[in-house]
Amino acid sequence: MKPEKKIEPGEQLLSVENVTLRFGGVKAITDVSFDIRKGEVRAIIGPNGAGKTSMLNVINGFYHPQEGRITYRGETRAKMRPHVAATQGIARTFQNVALFKGMSTLDNIMVGRTLKMHKSFFWQLFRHGPAMDEEIEHRKFVEEIIDFLEIEHIRKVPVGKLPYGLQKRVELGRALAMEPELLLLDEPMAGMNLEEKEDMCRFILDTKEQYGTTIALIEHDMGVVMDLSDRVVVLEYGIKIADGTPEEVKSNQKVIDAYLGVAH
Amino acid sequence: MLYNIFIDPFMQMAAAPDLLVQALWEGLVSGVLYALIALGFVLIFKASGVFNFAQGIMVVFAALTLVGLHEKGVPAWLAVLLTLGVMLILAISVERVVLRPLVNQPDIILFMATFGLTYVLIGLGEIIFGGEPKQMITEELFLPRGVIELNILGGRVLLQKIDIAAAVIASLMIVALALFFQYTRIGRALRAVADSHKAALSVGISLNQIWVIVWFAAGLVALITGIMWGARSDVSFALQTIALKALPVLILGGFTSVPGAIVGGLIIGLGEKIAEFYWGPLVGGGIENWIAYVIALGFLMVRPQGLFGDKIIERI
Amino acid sequence: MFYREAGQFKKTYQADMAVFPILQDRIGLGIIVAVAALIIPFFGSHFFISTVMIPFLVFSLAAMGLNIVTGYTGLISLGTGAFMGVGAYACYKLTTYFPDVNLIIWIIASGVFSATIGALFGLPSLRIKGFYLAVATLAAQFFLEWCFVRVPWLFNYNASGAIEVPERTILGIAITGARADPTARYLVLLGIVVFMTWIASNILHGRVGRTFMAVRDMDIAAELMGIRLLPAKLLAFALSSFYCGVAGACMMFLWYGGGEASDAFNINQSFNILFMVIIGGLGSLIGCFLGAALLNIVPVALKFGLPSLGVPIGGATAEHINLLIVGGLIIFFLIVEPHGLARLWQITKQKLRTWPFPY
Repeated sequence: MKPEKKIEPGEQLLSVENVTLRFGGVKAITDVSFDIRKGEVRAIIGPNGAGKTSMLNVINGFYHPQEGRITYRGETRAKMRPHVAATQGIARTFQNVALFKGMSTLDNIMVGRTLKMHKSFFWQLFRHGPAMDEEIEHRKFVEEIIDFLEIEHIRKVPVGKLPYGLQKRVELGRALAMEPELLLLDEPMAGMNLEEKEDMCRFILDTKEQYGTTIALIEHDMGVVMDLSDRVVVLEYGIKIADGTPEEVKSNQKVIDAYLGVAH
Repeated sequence: MLYNIFIDPFMQMAAAPDLLVQALWEGLVSGVLYALIALGFVLIFKASGVFNFAQGIMVVFAALTLVGLHEKGVPAWLAVLLTLGVMLILAISVERVVLRPLVNQPDIILFMATFGLTYVLIGLGEIIFGGEPKQMITEELFLPRGVIELNILGGRVLLQKIDIAAAVIASLMIVALALFFQYTRIGRALRAVADSHKAALSVGISLNQIWVIVWFAAGLVALITGIMWGARSDVSFALQTIALKALPVLILGGFTSVPGAIVGGLIIGLGEKIAEFYWGPLVGGGIENWIAYVIALGFLMVRPQGLFGDKIIERI
Repeated sequence: MFYREAGQFKKTYQADMAVFPILQDRIGLGIIVAVAALIIPFFGSHFFISTVMIPFLVFSLAAMGLNIVTGYTGLISLGTGAFMGVGAYACYKLTTYFPDVNLIIWIIASGVFSATIGALFGLPSLRIKGFYLAVATLAAQFFLEWCFVRVPWLFNYNASGAIEVPERTILGIAITGARADPTARYLVLLGIVVFMTWIASNILHGRVGRTFMAVRDMDIAAELMGIRLLPAKLLAFALSSFYCGVAGACMMFLWYGGGEASDAFNINQSFNILFMVIIGGLGSLIGCFLGAALLNIVPVALKFGLPSLGVPIGGATAEHINLLIVGGLIIFFLIVEPHGLARLWQITKQKLRTWPFPY
């Protein structure tokens, strides 16, 4: 670990302290601590199988770590179901796109608005009056996101039929529809060509600017990570080996070893 | 009331141990038969990932074909051979018509396709052989008849000889299948397919061939089950609701485990007979029809992966 | 040529979010409802109404119920028949206790009872998925079926052990019982079905419907969107059983006019309705009607159509051939078009839209 840490502005949004996660006898994450500050782009990198996705799963409550504490917005949480994380403003995308394949782009993003819709079941029966007003209000919001992500043309296409790059974009849209405070992106650029990657980078940066969202992302493309992120945490075999600004991490010997291999 | 539920049945058991043994025996025998249906199912699920709803109907269909052929004047030995032939044709046509076009579809679609298969088999069987119940040709197949009386525990326990034969044949068949899986080339290929279709394909195993083999093996199991079951009652499609009982057995044992199917079958068979015998009268009888499902349901709530299944780790 | 949407621009989100955004579709729907409500009752024979139309409507309603839980929420239920039975018995008890209340109210209210029972048996769906759940719903089927036979309170201790439908009237016209005219029963049923279809369409096109589909397509992602799985699944089960219950009550009171539950609400009925949903199209309301129509027409055609064409065919044989055809159709549809008749219908519409110059 680096001895000197550059202090970034912004208060702590989420902190992970000494988290250990086991599956049976296998340790996926061992004693990892780091924090995410408001308004930053925080990258989590590391070789395959380093425990990055597991880390995101821990953060949004899908996995429950055996040891350690997670503090979000000043509250230390006990065991929590994922839908609670959603109500607290944590949204995410997935490594292997997890869209609702049978539904259109529009409906997928509308699902992201579910938590913001409160009109009672009674009005839903008639789809008139308050329920319809609510639908229209949220449709407007969703159309803004569709504009923002430049996916107007596929609004009514079932997402199962879309190419991979667009699916990733729709998934980002769905997460944005939740108006999250913390957005977790799991390899948002995996399997994309250069042009698509550039688009995605632009969307991520714009998201941060426009909505003020804090972003934690996992990415393998080092160029992207170095460009986008404010701070980087590096995992290897479930252990944190480095934490700091992109420059610091880039010159860290352990990180270089982890990526390039060491002569034993 | 509480006394009737929690104490009285056990008092009865203690008071008349011969009746208890009788009930246990009956449960054991029907358990073996459930296990046999479940076994055919597990074979298919392991090798092709298909939840074969039609397995129970295949049992009836096989038995009906055998009896029907014999009725039409075919000698017993030939009828058995011909029935095996029919099951082979069935396996091949299922592979051609159902599995091959539906490869790579979601499991649930294949599951529903086997519903269709169920209806086709019922319709076909009834058109060809008629819908009325038939007698199994036990004598012609050299199956024993009659009862053995055991005078034990101060009472009499009746064991049907056919039941004993069923238990023995079932055990032999399970051993044979286990050996086949473990030591033959086809058995190895089957296990490979069960683990991963794609990996098996990539080392040159023909999926289509494997599917025909397992469906035929399941058909063979179905025929034997059908003979045993038919000998205990009539052969008709009324058996299909009994065949559905294999489903809770599978839930208990897990879909992919042969020992699971056997243990599950025995638990369900014993459980429902004992429940019917001692607790049934409290609510007016007939609980045999649903108690198996309730046992399985309760069990699922505790262990969703079944007795012998691995713990499910969800990934995203 | 007449099926064109060119020139129909949507100026508001409300217009764009309509269930039938295309004008011709709305006109078509209007014509269908008008034919069903005005022409069939006056020009259809009693035979046609009671052997074709009434069963068709009852099955459509039941298929709609099953489609909510299986097609929209992705939870296979094999307990449809039993849930229909709950509706029928609830309606029977209600109308014997309160004979003066309008029967239609009790038919709808009986749905509440089946919804409760359905939600109860839906509880395991939180922990159990897929095939396992299908088997779990069989527990509901067999347990309830047993109750229908063994709990004499349910059928008012009748010697026959069956529901004996009493005569009930609306505006002085008998709609149930021996004196009820098929046309009157048909019109009542039609009203119920149209109303409940409209409600179902509203629910499924709104937030609740999206929640169901999200659970069906990717339950983990849905949970991470803030959807609580258990309430969503229970709601699906309750809603589905509500529709099935009403269908069951309609079946007993407006179609059968009494009978034994073991025939009407057994496991085969559950399968029958599942097949309608599969053939019609999982996750489609129109599919419910198409599936019910097809599976309803095949047996009637075999039973009455072939003999009238001079092909001698016994009742039993017709039934067997029916099984064969239904089974074959299921496999056929799953292979050729897993989305059922509803998708074929959409494709036809798409073709019509571009006809006669598809390029």
